[in-house]
Amino acid sequence: MEDTFSGSQRRIDTLVYNQPAPDPSVLACPHCDLMQRLPQLAPGASARCPRCAKELRRRRADSLNRTLALALGGTLLYVIANSVPMLSLTIVGRDASTTVIGGAQHLWENGQAIVGILVLLTAVIAPAAQLACILTITLASRRSPVPRWVGKLMRHYPATRTWSMIEVMLLGVLVALIKIADYATVIPGVALFMLGGLVFVLAGMQASFDPYEVWQRIEWASESPARQASGLATKETA
Amino acid sequence: MMTRSLTAMDHGLQSCEVCGLLSRPAPPADEGRCPRCGEAIEFRKRASFEYTWAFLIAAAICYIPANVLPVLTTTTATGSVSDTILQGVVLLWSPTGWPLAIIVLVASIMIPSAKIVALAYLLITAQRGSIKNNRQRIRLYRMVEFIGRWSMVDVFVDTFTAALIQLQPLMSVEPGPGLIFFAAVVVLTMLAVESFDPRLIWDAAALQEVAHA
Repeated sequence: MEDTFSGSQRRIDTLVYNQPAPDPSVLACPHCDLMQRLPQLAPGASARCPRCAKELRRRRADSLNRTLALALGGTLLYVIANSVPMLSLTIVGRDASTTVIGGAQHLWENGQAIVGILVLLTAVIAPAAQLACILTITLASRRSPVPRWVGKLMRHYPATRTWSMIEVMLLGVLVALIKIADYATVIPGVALFMLGGLVFVLAGMQASFDPYEVWQRIEWASESPARQASGLATKETA
Repeated sequence: MMTRSLTAMDHGLQSCEVCGLLSRPAPPADEGRCPRCGEAIEFRKRASFEYTWAFLIAAAICYIPANVLPVLTTTTATGSVSDTILQGVVLLWSPTGWPLAIIVLVASIMIPSAKIVALAYLLITAQRGSIKNNRQRIRLYRMVEFIGRWSMVDVFVDTFTAALIQLQPLMSVEPGPGLIFFAAVVVLTMLAVESFDPRLIWDAAALQEVAHA
């Protein structure tokens, strides 16, 4: 879907590779296109665009290993959160409980299929895709040079981040919980606490991930002379 | 501070939206593939104004049924009541529940309408070539980008309320027809934000500087 918006599928076969700019530390701000040289950054330091203050890069100490560790922890929380009940309710001797997927399923079965799919996408599928992307990227980036297909994952990672809305869902669940508490006894389930943890783990994972580090070591799509010139490791592909 | 701010486009260079590499397209062409990641790149997002307007107008249209149609229908032994988003806020309003009412009011009513107005303002000023308040406008764009997802909160509230309160014949809650329009407003405004190219805010300024140079 996103491809249609950026027009990247159009005439892709007829496009030729651009010539890379001679100095790899010169880049343009993604928000205002101002050309600038990215300074050498110490771990923990960040660089911002002087014109529009967009953060261009934030360097993290041991970025890829920490990101991998958080992604593994996040995966564990995610699996538990989606396999146990999130909310239970007791009213005059009757019980009911629901999981995250159960909420989407209920919409699907009650004439709100599209909203059901949206809930499934934002609360279940996108977070899973986000975790899977990061796990694969950080694991594959241990190789040198980083294989080309990692670039494809890096390209789609921001979309999984945009549509993964665990934190928004959690707020929604809390509002629903307090709303229902007027009529019945609501018991927060284990999944609710797992989701609470997952929000912080995902935030930490995003903050510790430094895509620049992966791009610097990735195998180039084109056989460009600048690649050798910039001192990047070369490896012939079959 | 900076008398002449040179952009990559002024140099004939394209910045890859995926990996950030600067590269130069082969002379006659104005688009090419990024040599590092292989992504098709252009100077600016293709038809950014048109796509953003299209999503924004669609969102504005959906905004009406989203607020007029009920999002939740509560059925009890005595009958059934349908609530719109605003009625839901009023119902939540109580001596103890008012903070929640404010959360829902802000997330469901104020954020979506503010987003539509803010994006329309950004589009109109960028299309008219405004060079005023560039920093404030880029800040507004980032705020809209950051805050937009929180409008989804009401969709989740209604989803889990309906999923949990299934105690027929005592009480049951079902999602109403307004929910899909409300979800559409959220999704369409998010797509509008993504299709807007913030660099367009600055392009007019670059042209003016060249004219005065």
